[in-house]
Amino acid sequence: MPFTLDHLIALLPLLVTSATAIVVMLAIAWKRNHTLTFVLSVIGLNLALLSLIPTLEVLPLQVTPLLAVDHFAAFYMALVLVATLACVTLSHAYLGEATVDSSTSEKKGYPGNREELYLLMLLSAAGGLVLVSAQHLAGLFIGLELLSVPVYGLVAYAFFNKRSLEAGIKYMVLSAAGSAFLLFGMALLYAESGSLGFAQIGASLAANGSGLLVQIGIGMMLVGLAFKLSLVPFHLWTPDVYEGAPAPVAAFLATASKVAVFAVLLRLYQISPAMAGGWLNELLTVIAIASILFGNLLALLQSNLKRLLGYSSIAHFGYLLIALVASKGLAVEAIGVYLATYVLTSLGAFGVITLMSTPYKGRDCDALYEYRGLFWRRPYLTAVLTVMMLSLAGIPLTAGFIGKFYVIAAGVQAQLWWLLGALVLGSAIAVFYYLRVVVTLFLSEPNLRRHDAPFNWGQRAGGIVLLLIALLAFALGVYPQPLLELVQQAGLAAF
Amino acid sequence: MILPWLILIPFIGGLLCWLGERFGPLLPRWIALLTMLALFGLSLLLWLTADFSRAPAPGADPLWAYEFQVSWIERFGISVHLALDGLSVLMVTLTGLLGVLSVLCSWNEIKQRVGFFHLNLMWILGGVVGVFLAIDLFLFFFFWEMMLVPMYFLIALWGHSGSAGKTRITAATKFFIYTQASGLIMLVAILALVFVHFDQTGVLTFNYADLLKTELSAGTEYLLMLGFFIAFAVKFPVVPLHSWLPDAHAQAPTAGSVDLAGILLKTAAYGLMRFALPLFPDASAAFAPIAMGLGVFAIVYGALLSFAQTDIKRLIAYSSVSHMGFVLIAIYSGSQIALQGAVVQMLAHGLSAAALFILCGQLYERLHTRDLREMGGIWGRMPWLPALCLFFAAAALGLPGTGNFVGEFLILLGSFPAAPWITVLATSGLVLGSVYALIMIHRAFFGPARSDAALPGLAPRELGMVLLLAVLLILLGVYPQPVLDTSAASMQGVQQWLGTALDQLAQRGSL
Repeated sequence: MPFTLDHLIALLPLLVTSATAIVVMLAIAWKRNHTLTFVLSVIGLNLALLSLIPTLEVLPLQVTPLLAVDHFAAFYMALVLVATLACVTLSHAYLGEATVDSSTSEKKGYPGNREELYLLMLLSAAGGLVLVSAQHLAGLFIGLELLSVPVYGLVAYAFFNKRSLEAGIKYMVLSAAGSAFLLFGMALLYAESGSLGFAQIGASLAANGSGLLVQIGIGMMLVGLAFKLSLVPFHLWTPDVYEGAPAPVAAFLATASKVAVFAVLLRLYQISPAMAGGWLNELLTVIAIASILFGNLLALLQSNLKRLLGYSSIAHFGYLLIALVASKGLAVEAIGVYLATYVLTSLGAFGVITLMSTPYKGRDCDALYEYRGLFWRRPYLTAVLTVMMLSLAGIPLTAGFIGKFYVIAAGVQAQLWWLLGALVLGSAIAVFYYLRVVVTLFLSEPNLRRHDAPFNWGQRAGGIVLLLIALLAFALGVYPQPLLELVQQAGLAAF
Repeated sequence: MILPWLILIPFIGGLLCWLGERFGPLLPRWIALLTMLALFGLSLLLWLTADFSRAPAPGADPLWAYEFQVSWIERFGISVHLALDGLSVLMVTLTGLLGVLSVLCSWNEIKQRVGFFHLNLMWILGGVVGVFLAIDLFLFFFFWEMMLVPMYFLIALWGHSGSAGKTRITAATKFFIYTQASGLIMLVAILALVFVHFDQTGVLTFNYADLLKTELSAGTEYLLMLGFFIAFAVKFPVVPLHSWLPDAHAQAPTAGSVDLAGILLKTAAYGLMRFALPLFPDASAAFAPIAMGLGVFAIVYGALLSFAQTDIKRLIAYSSVSHMGFVLIAIYSGSQIALQGAVVQMLAHGLSAAALFILCGQLYERLHTRDLREMGGIWGRMPWLPALCLFFAAAALGLPGTGNFVGEFLILLGSFPAAPWITVLATSGLVLGSVYALIMIHRAFFGPARSDAALPGLAPRELGMVLLLAVLLILLGVYPQPVLDTSAASMQGVQQWLGTALDQLAQRGSL
């Protein structure tokens, strides 16, 4: 297969992102400058997003046996890039400038080196881009590791804080364990089918039937991926890591990282028919129901907003599994819409936490009581968080409702009544804790020491991004047609 | 083009209220009042001018007095499809009227965050109007769920703190969870219906007129009907699913109670008549005995519990459960007279329950308690209010001359041929009704007075609101014909749907 210009164009987003990472690295080596690094990263990510336009012209195209860039990949690339862009912008606000407050002689902002955070995020985003276009187990593994390894560093970035460091180590150990499972599973699959390409594995297994080795292999791969997606019973790291990670990093973990992993899981499930066998469906059904119920029930007990979002993300990926199990009809579309709305909403929610903790002050502002009466101090920020909570709960007029509607539609179409029952039950439980957060925002103010977002948060880059996200979440809730059309075209291509 | 404005006016008005708050608390109130007057005026105008002999009926595409449709989400064949017939115009007019009253009754009660309060109030009413007008099932569900959020805020932020363990936030959350969970079940049922229709015709649509033509197997029809019924039963409320109502009423501010009892409960009855019966006539016919049984149970149970309450707002809330039981019986009786009675009963109960809640609010502003044990002897301490309260209590127990009498009488008259025993049992609700209504009056206004100090009398605003409701209730009781004429065609359609199915069921049973 000759390598032509078209192939390069198809890979353009990945190439631009990687080039940005190198440029940023060189810039840091040349001269440490927070704003310069930030600007370079943002320019690079925007260029990567723009480069999707020429890429769309040449799709679908298989680039090397490892990667297949189709409209599906392009859609998820855009999602990963947008999420990274938002996280980078939020990080800039979060890290703040290293100035010394003249009145209290307190140091404001993040005390360590700021610049590497952008580098790690860019690298991780590049991993995400590889992952969403992987059509080969090797591609999957490379992408997944490139996605995860920088995140270890990101989670522990605020290493002066014990929790952050602890979370980083925890994530590293568990993630490595997950990767080990994944690798072992791949090896078993390869042993049985003699191939690593998704489609070839599927064809080989369809021809020869799946023996015990294959089933164990698929099971182990599922364990590995479920770790990354924090599905029950592999969810234990989630709340701790979400709590310990700096807020913008938690946002990245919840959005870009999970979206990419779910996209590759979806591709694997769709392209290798053997993956969609009967027993696997039943296993996924059990995992989905457990994730929905455990995630929501445990979220009820949380008084820390980041932990609450962590548990709620477990439940949300349980909802997504419903569409994955449905696997036909609307399913692929439903996942696309749900992930898009989920990314938007999570970015918004974590964005508010980020701005509340801006600039860095040692620990994030994530206890629920710190948000009490926020409406009277920062009404617009409260409005943003309210919209996000309602969107997570799936209430009409927000993007989350459209996502949930789609997932229910996919479930009804595939007649998955048990899963739908779990979804209804889970949503009823979820309403309780989302509303608790919302009503906290509007209660009367306590007389406690607190830290708040700076008064001019809305005029800075982070704040503007947040307001845009909130507007988009509202607009998509009222008129989702553009998103639906986009997702409808983002189908998987067969090679 | 007039229908979308009925929905847009409250939404825009609500936003203006919020923005107007910065110019003092008075501006939002006036904006809200004008908004509601505009809504009320517009709905009256529609009522007076439109031709309500056009209403949906089986066998043909539904006819409407007014219709409005623009495409919304093409992917699913969803459109913003609004329509108005006799039933909806009555409900929208009631919404407008109670909207005006709920703004007026919170004029002095709500002192904090006035703008945000009116934003929520307006959006509830906008959502309710949307429910009454939407005939695209997605749009219907959209409004159905959407009105919950502002109602939640209304109870959670401006409600009264109750006794220990029963805070306003718990009450609001309970309300939200009940309605949200049951709403999702309805969404599943809606989607199942849509996909059955899709499998038959290859067209993905949420349009009422198209879905009416779906052919369902008996089992599927029954399940889907149950999905709809559960959602409506929670809002109705039908007895095993009612427990959110007294809590929500007790903790809600007056305006919230007025809207809740006056209109939100009516959305459920409306939903049954508009969607559940026409879409699933055969299953509804098979389900009718159970539904009527639940109705009777609600009547007796609601009345008994109402009698046992010491909190005056909970007492009225349980009486609502009892009164809505009559409506449930009427809807499933398959009789034109009973259905007409149900419409009158809905209007009359909307007016009388709203009036009672407004009076409770006024009492609360003066006594700072809702506990009947701490009242007593108020008759001698203030003019007007006790007498008016007596009038509305009498209306609630179905005194001839009030709209409630007409409604309950028509319901019993119409249901008797269809289900004599159920009707006989339901009649006991009238007797029990007089027991709890009179005990309320007795405990609150008679007996030894707690203190001899005179209570401040009613301001003209307060008196005007209640007198207006009293006059309307008497008008409805003495001359209900305009209302009956308006809803006749719509109710005839519903009757034909269910009546035919009931006949078929009876024939199959006799074979």
